[in-house]
Amino acid sequence: MTKKSYIQAITDALDIELQEDPKTLIFGEDVGKNGGVFRTTQGLQEKYGEDRVFDTPLAESGILGLSIGLGLTGWRPLPEIQFSGFTLEGVDSIAGQMARMRFHFNGKQTSPITIRSPYGGGTHTAEMHSDNFENFFVGVPGLRVVMPSNPYDAKGLLISSIENNDPVLYLENLKLYRSMKDDIPDEKYSVPLDQANVVQEGNDVTLVAYGAQVQEAQKAAEELAKDNISAEVIDLRTVSPIDTQTIFKSIEKTHHVVVVQEAQKMAGVGAQVASAIAEEAIMSLDAPIGRVAAPNSVYPFALAEEAWIPRKDEIVAKAKEIINY
Amino acid sequence: MAKKSIVDFEKIKQELSDLPTPIQVIDQNAKVVNKEAFDSFSDDQLVEFMEKMVWERALHEQTMNFSRQGRMGFYAPTAGEEASEMGTVMAMKDQDFLLPAYRDIPQLIQHGATVTEAFWWSRGHVKGNEFKARSLMPQIIIGAAYLETAGVALGLKKNGEDAIAFSYTGDGGTSQGDSYEGMNFAGAFQAPALFIVQDNNYAISVPREKQTAAKTLTLKAAAAGIPAVQVDGMDILACYSVAKAAREYILAGNGPVMIETLTDRYGAHSSAGDDPSRYRSKEAQQPWLDRDPLIRMRKILTDKGLWSEDHEEELTKKYKDSFKDALKEADAVEPEKVSDMLKRTFEVPTPEMQVEIAKFEEKESK
Ligand SMILES: Cc1ncc(C[n+]2csc(CCOP(=O)(O)OP(=O)(O)O)c2C)c(N)n1
Repeated sequence: MTKKSYIQAITDALDIELQEDPKTLIFGEDVGKNGGVFRTTQGLQEKYGEDRVFDTPLAESGILGLSIGLGLTGWRPLPEIQFSGFTLEGVDSIAGQMARMRFHFNGKQTSPITIRSPYGGGTHTAEMHSDNFENFFVGVPGLRVVMPSNPYDAKGLLISSIENNDPVLYLENLKLYRSMKDDIPDEKYSVPLDQANVVQEGNDVTLVAYGAQVQEAQKAAEELAKDNISAEVIDLRTVSPIDTQTIFKSIEKTHHVVVVQEAQKMAGVGAQVASAIAEEAIMSLDAPIGRVAAPNSVYPFALAEEAWIPRKDEIVAKAKEIINY
Repeated sequence: MAKKSIVDFEKIKQELSDLPTPIQVIDQNAKVVNKEAFDSFSDDQLVEFMEKMVWERALHEQTMNFSRQGRMGFYAPTAGEEASEMGTVMAMKDQDFLLPAYRDIPQLIQHGATVTEAFWWSRGHVKGNEFKARSLMPQIIIGAAYLETAGVALGLKKNGEDAIAFSYTGDGGTSQGDSYEGMNFAGAFQAPALFIVQDNNYAISVPREKQTAAKTLTLKAAAAGIPAVQVDGMDILACYSVAKAAREYILAGNGPVMIETLTDRYGAHSSAGDDPSRYRSKEAQQPWLDRDPLIRMRKILTDKGLWSEDHEEELTKKYKDSFKDALKEADAVEPEKVSDMLKRTFEVPTPEMQVEIAKFEEKESK
């Protein structure tokens, strides 16, 4: 066990996978000598050589298209897209090409690709650097979207993502990179994909969250406890596909639910959770489904982001509102 | 009087236009213009070239016929491009990796897919993608294939394989940023890729001149540091010779090559039936029809006593009959099931999907 940051946990997972599987390749902009703009791939080129960890020309669609070709020829590509806003340059490669490879070939070809990319607000970046674009990608059949909320999961989920034979968009929260540390095992371990995690048990209300909002939900639960409201916190971990069974089981007990996300409210993960509950588990509820999300605007420039990103207090207020419905 | 500029841009532009003439072995009058190259072919080989083109022309005519009868799905006509398509694909080896576009079905079949599978693909049945050929399915997104080609080629190189990647796009395709990125990546990695641009004058209705101010499309490879060459795309001997030379050069570890074949799409863009007369005059097209790749080979072979009209007719009928058989076979396939589609979306269907699968299986069993 070593205390490690989210970013160190990710480097750990990459190191283990490069060590174990000579077919894994890390490439992208500045991932080599520079170790990535956030130092996520620090030391890996030195350790594994330029054949395994290499810089590409500056072109996201090139990087992602290259991944498909490498995957087709027996490699396990781990491309890095420097910021998730730039995945838009390569949407065709992701949604139009790699995610449907298995389907197209009737299961005879796969895209064992894990795309890593940082996302999320709160660090005052330039425009297109903080956007939460998971809402786009959760609608892509054949693509998994994984969004870890803590260092332990970051390592375990990345290992599972890399070893999975379907394409994974693994989104790393910029704010969490260095803002928290966990005791994590030094050796290899994995956290299963497609399974939500009950972070904290409770009886009165279920808070469903993912990514950095899991922390906000946990803080909200602490706050609610002061008023004798016992909240159960669920971390989705994989946001596509969504583990609805864990949510349904929880609301059978709590009869109240608040769905929390950092991204804009429109469509996407929270909407999918809410509609799944409405469709299949509405009778478990004693009140309407609560939602906390960012407003449906373009992601703001740095100065407005504090007000824009959902915070603990909104979650507390929404939880109280539905409990008193 | 205007001041003299520090730089003469017109001169630079002119220099970009002073390009070598396209490579040819036989011209449109069936005159041999490169005797050494011509003499390198045996009579049997010359006949084989012609047979392949007759096959492709027959495939074109028969599929257009099927289309009119409503028996095909999406299909892109290929008449006019026989020399470009057959010539280049005949330089391929089984171990090479093909990245075809939607108009490259004939090459896919030559590389190992069956005609029946091509018909399934056309109709949108997934069985059409189960071919044994080392190939991606035909690409719909213009430009995407070039990126993937860079990846395939790098993978082949890393594997130490005795193989290269063959990729096709059109003149329009070279306007996509992807095509430059693909060539640039392949160049940067010195990956074994052959980029073939079939310059057939039109991207749907947009003429080649409107795609770019570049005098030739080969210039686009120059920026990526890739040698590129224009070939008479109506001369199968030139197309084959250049593709073969390119393959050898690439296999020797010299990095990628781009070939621009100057060819023509005689008819509509696709079987969905756009009307070429809206954007192209008969007069402008006539010179291309006169350059038909079959005419010149027919003349050469006939003069050598290796070919006759009767033989060609017989051959065409034989090919067309085989396409009719293939269509019958294609008709016999079971329709696709939604439950099967759900089952192959992930390696292991998720619990959510299990529910959907069961639902559809029940529906489908009724
Ligand atoms: C990215 C993308 N944009 C637009 C289209 C629609 N489209 C299909 S074919 C075509 C023209 C392509 O022309 P060209 O590359 O010259 O190939 P050709 O059809 O002449 O063989 C267009 C615009 C597409 N398939 N993909």
